[in-house]
Amino acid sequence: MADRERRMTPPYGGVFVARTTILDSSGIHRALTRISHEIIERNEGLDNVVVVGLQTGGVQVALRIVRLLFEIDGTDVPFGTLDVVMHRDDIGLRPVMAEAVTDIPFELDGMTVVLVDDVLFTGRTIRAALDALNDFGRPRAVQLAVVIDRGHRELPIRPDFIGKNLPTSRDEMVDVTLEGVLLGEMRK
Amino acid sequence: MSGHLLTLGELGTDGISELLSLTDRFVEVGRRPIPKVPALRGRTVATLFFEESTRTRLAFETAAKRLSADVLNFSAASSSLAKGESLRDTFETVQAMGIHAAVVRHRSAGVPAQIARWADDGVAIVNGGDGWHAHPTQGLQDAYTLWRHFRPAPDSEPGAELDDQPTLAGRRIAIVGDIVHSRVARSDIEAYTALDASIVLVAPPTLLPAQPREWIDCWLPPDAAKRVEISHSLDDVLDDLDVVGLLRCQRERMIDGLIGSVPEYVARYGLTAERAQRLAPDAVITHPGPMNRGIEIAGDTIEDLAAEDRLLVTRQVTYGVAVRMAVLFRLIGSGTALGADDRG
Repeated sequence: MADRERRMTPPYGGVFVARTTILDSSGIHRALTRISHEIIERNEGLDNVVVVGLQTGGVQVALRIVRLLFEIDGTDVPFGTLDVVMHRDDIGLRPVMAEAVTDIPFELDGMTVVLVDDVLFTGRTIRAALDALNDFGRPRAVQLAVVIDRGHRELPIRPDFIGKNLPTSRDEMVDVTLEGVLLGEMRK
Repeated sequence: MSGHLLTLGELGTDGISELLSLTDRFVEVGRRPIPKVPALRGRTVATLFFEESTRTRLAFETAAKRLSADVLNFSAASSSLAKGESLRDTFETVQAMGIHAAVVRHRSAGVPAQIARWADDGVAIVNGGDGWHAHPTQGLQDAYTLWRHFRPAPDSEPGAELDDQPTLAGRRIAIVGDIVHSRVARSDIEAYTALDASIVLVAPPTLLPAQPREWIDCWLPPDAAKRVEISHSLDDVLDDLDVVGLLRCQRERMIDGLIGSVPEYVARYGLTAERAQRLAPDAVITHPGPMNRGIEIAGDTIEDLAAEDRLLVTRQVTYGVAVRMAVLFRLIGSGTALGADDRG
């Protein structure tokens, strides 16, 4: 899914060529397990905590976190998905994909929302997500969990839970799946 | 970058399917506590209605506002057209105000296409209904209503893959009534056949084009044309229908001598209680509105079918806004040409 999104986003038509493996699947699992513990610790439990995965790369990660939270704490945390494409500031540059569904089937008022994405880069997606969440209600707090923080922020946005900090150059590309994290670049 | 939406035929199956999928997303937006997204902030949509309309104009205006676009409303009655200004000068004046899209309705077929030729690059023209020719957003709205009704899982679970793409394939749809004067019928035929449904047109010969078979064969692509039948009797086709698409029966047609009388029309083409009984128990009814109770459909039958959730008229209206959001977003928000299969 994330791969498809990338192919449909400028620069179009490139092929992702991996150079280095940053995390393997067990590394991802350890990182997400730690993040899950940190979510429980920060919020002193999971009362009024909901998890929202950002389409498309954040959804599988968020589902895994929901499962881990259940295994650790026995709490079934409400889960939703959010596609921010209609709230972006670079609208028109990203496709609207039919399968990238927004579905938040619960009230957000008074809840602590843990936003989950795969890669934190410029921060513009998160800015759009914060705007979009406003249309659904008024959360008590919004926290941000990401697998990779690759730097190059263009907005004052900071993650609360980080799988791994990864210094990158701007033209590199980070690919996150539950099988691993790869660093590489797009080639024509 | 932007194209126009003049007829559904030129979109083809892929373009129509893409818009229907996109409509799903905007139905979801419509259900949010705040049903508005900033997707078209800073864009201006003009509604150029040279022919009166309430429903279509309201649907487009609501759609544009839910996308945060600004709306310029133009109505012919109060414009300089009344002072003798030409169509072209009128359009170019509105265009000079700085618009990104114009929805055009006119009682003459072809006006939206002509205006599209005058439009600057980057101004998208949407046909809001022209003469008897086409009403593409109504066709999309009817197709979406059925597409959503017949799909396996109407509301997908979060994260669920929509692999089982919903479809109208193989459904049998009757379009009943005044076909020849109906742009809605023409756009419905284009939409339904593009989605692989089969169609039977049910009307008296006076309310069909003079050579209906030739008309269909010349107009539609061959594989679509062969899925369109023509009948002069609703009773003959009633038993194996999935959908009865009723058209509005306009009383003016009686004055024109095209139908003898209302009772005669009802006797042959009205969805009476007896005919409703003969329908398959899961067959559904569409109507573009406003319904003439007691003519196209019997008053009691309306209540009975509505109680069984088989009358889709209200849903057609609700989805009409989402469909038009999808069209406007696709034309002036998404940065890629409609129907373009390859973004690469």
